[in-house]
Amino acid sequence: MRHEIRFSGFGGQGIILSAVIIGRAAVMYDNKFAAQTQVYGPEARGGASMSQVVIDDEQILYPKVSIPGIYVIMSQEGFEKYGASAQESAVMLIDSTLVHSRPKCRCIEVPATQQAKQTLKKDIVANIVMLGALVAATHVVSEESLKKAILDSVPKGTEELNLKAMQLGLELGKQP
Amino acid sequence: MTRLEFWQGNTACAEGALAAGCNFFGGYPITPSTEVAEHMAAKLPKKGGVFIQMEDEIAGIASIIGASWTGARSMTATSGPGFSLMMENIGFAAMTETPCVVVNVQRGGPSTGQPTMSAQGDMMQVRFGSHGDYAVIALCPATVQEMFELTVKAFNLADKYRTPVFVMADETIGHMREKILVPDSVEKTGRKPFISGTPPFRVTDPDLIPGFPAFGTGQHVHVTGLTHDERGYPAATNPKLHMALVQRLVDKIENARDDMADYDVVNPDAEQVFIAYGAPVRTVMQVMHDKKDNNVGFLRIRTVWPFPEKALAKFKNAKRFLVPEMNLGQIAREIQRHVKVPVVSIAKLGGELHTPADLVTALEEKA
Repeated sequence: MRHEIRFSGFGGQGIILSAVIIGRAAVMYDNKFAAQTQVYGPEARGGASMSQVVIDDEQILYPKVSIPGIYVIMSQEGFEKYGASAQESAVMLIDSTLVHSRPKCRCIEVPATQQAKQTLKKDIVANIVMLGALVAATHVVSEESLKKAILDSVPKGTEELNLKAMQLGLELGKQP
Repeated sequence: MTRLEFWQGNTACAEGALAAGCNFFGGYPITPSTEVAEHMAAKLPKKGGVFIQMEDEIAGIASIIGASWTGARSMTATSGPGFSLMMENIGFAAMTETPCVVVNVQRGGPSTGQPTMSAQGDMMQVRFGSHGDYAVIALCPATVQEMFELTVKAFNLADKYRTPVFVMADETIGHMREKILVPDSVEKTGRKPFISGTPPFRVTDPDLIPGFPAFGTGQHVHVTGLTHDERGYPAATNPKLHMALVQRLVDKIENARDDMADYDVVNPDAEQVFIAYGAPVRTVMQVMHDKKDNNVGFLRIRTVWPFPEKALAKFKNAKRFLVPEMNLGQIAREIQRHVKVPVVSIAKLGGELHTPADLVTALEEKA
């Protein structure tokens, strides 16, 4: 099955890295296919940043996201620019600390930045909290694969912090 | 054996160069090709090679021409404005029969245009951009896997034909990350050996390619962009010699057109046939997969230059060819030269890849 996921936030939150980690988890550890793309531009320095990933059991032909089924939105500007047009059938994970709008589609509120700051004393790992929540809510990749892909991607010395952030996200994203 | 990776196209290009034994990179970083230089800067010195960031793209290509004459497998990578700056020395490399690889990760032009967006606007520039008559080899990857494989192939073709070879990628493939299976080793073919004591540009073989007398091997070679005789000495006012030299430079590549033609044919009996190279290949593949219609054919081209014209004749029932390109129909016009049926250009500018809907609309429009 083809999953189309869009990430948006502001430059510096690790929006592109988030898509790379999910794509990496799918390809390297879940034996799936993934194609990851991003908007490259001056906006990557503070403005609305956007990245996307397609995950599929089959080989990916058209590599771009057409109609995202899953959104991860981490800033108000990112919501307005890249999230507001979400189809009603989509599911959107929102960093409720930073985004005050809500979409028409199903919305999962994750206080990622606030929790990262309060529990882990580092809001820099808010994107990893969101990734944990994304996997708990949608199972686009397995938890084990997400963990391995995070460990592949984060700087040395920050592994424990990032795994704690993932764990926090897994709990925040758990659906009843 | 292969190993699994999740790489960006530009990383795969640099890794392909390293696998092919590239030992010299000279260039000037420019979006969207920068990651090629970045990766080579990190990896090449550790493998005993040389990475030099030159003062501009003119110096970048000059440096790889010089390196090649010492026997190095040399490469540069650039995009639009940098590619324009390289044009004069590309002619110099063609005239002096210098093997080298030039990667162009195409972005929107003209001028500085769209640095971060995708395009295929340099397909005619690569063929005709330098002055005078010459021929080129240009390869277009459509997957991250092909960024690796066609870069390896570019080094082999450059050595074999003693000519600059171009990897004409685009931002879409250069910046996309996807699955790649990286081989442990790759096939490497070297340059034709030089017979000591013979004039350095004397050609005796029917392939019209002279042996390569690398600097530092005891040969005394004069390398000049001026029209030269078989000794390499200037003979710029000799009309017959100029005619013979330029004709040979063109023929050594054009005569090998069928040998190096690299393409796939899908549904050869179809009446409507897509032709694509580079990123639009991916959209055509999606449309072919979704429609499952045997009356829609597809010619997927990897060697755009020399253009594999015989491939067109494989579609005997073709009533029209549809050519999606991220330019205003550069290769569509080349195709129209070879066929009698209409060629429809599905041109898209702006930096975004054709969507499947774009192609379905064109397919369903009445001729």
